[in-house]
Amino acid sequence: MKILVNGVSRETQHAELARALEEFGYGASVVSTAVNGEFVPAAQRARLRLAEGDRLEVLAPMQGG
Amino acid sequence: MLQLYQSAVRSRLMLGTARYPSPAVLADAVRAARVEVVTVSLRRESAGERAGQAFWSLIRELGVRVLPNTAGCHSVKEAVTTAHMAREVFNTPWVKLEVIGEDDTLQPDVFGLLEAARVLCAEGFEVFPYTTEDLVVAERLLGAGCRVLMPWGAPIGSGRGLNNLFGLNALRAHFPEVPLIIDAGLGVPSHAARALELGFDAVLVNTAVAQARDPVQMAGAFAHAVEAGYTARQAGPIEPRDLAVPSTPLIGTAFRG
Repeated sequence: MKILVNGVSRETQHAELARALEEFGYGASVVSTAVNGEFVPAAQRARLRLAEGDRLEVLAPMQGG
Repeated sequence: MLQLYQSAVRSRLMLGTARYPSPAVLADAVRAARVEVVTVSLRRESAGERAGQAFWSLIRELGVRVLPNTAGCHSVKEAVTTAHMAREVFNTPWVKLEVIGEDDTLQPDVFGLLEAARVLCAEGFEVFPYTTEDLVVAERLLGAGCRVLMPWGAPIGSGRGLNNLFGLNALRAHFPEVPLIIDAGLGVPSHAARALELGFDAVLVNTAVAQARDPVQMAGAFAHAVEAGYTARQAGPIEPRDLAVPSTPLIGTAFRG
């Protein structure tokens, strides 16, 4: 299944968001997620099922003013 | 102490964390200025570089309180979603709410700001809205549940200081009990001192420190200026006059009469 991860097209074998994040290398990272513009709390990542073409945002702490 | 929602902070200088020459310089600047609150943001994380993880480790080591922003958001939806994501990552109800309305000046979209503030305050966020000096907007933001306001001094990164003294003075006078933090546009420590002298409760500075030739030294200079301005406000500045008043007593002046 192809989805957009931070604007880049990626292939994933996993429909569950939590497992897809691990596959993409975010397993141990402090990140926050949104799918199709909607916030997905960490506690819901194991339940959320991705669909073809979904837009996944993976955000992390960054410098800001 | 400055009361910001449930928290009391001693330092009236807040620092942004962006645009420093290196993470080490940022850390030294925060320590030099003895700031207790720094602003942070959220950005897309690359699983390979993990830049966000390194930055977050640095901030936690500094032991400061973080004020996450919604910088770069141009809509209510983006700002609200970013606030939700920031609350989870940074584990704080604080959010510096920015809804940008115009790209050249990065002027707040006060209509979107108010709408987003209503949503977030109702959800229990402690909102620090980045706003203009407009009194009516300020009144509405307070009505929405904001207990702190962050009026701009000048456009972000411009270094122009307090652009609209009349408007800012009016804001201060109109809301004497509301913590007001000048956010954006300060260029040199005298701007910060002026803000505190006028009765503003604190200032947030980023570019003026981060882009100085020596950010650590400049952070210290801003800290001194904020302290001087605050102390001067407490001491009660004199009112300006148009004509001279001799400071040396005239009684007993020689060669008169």
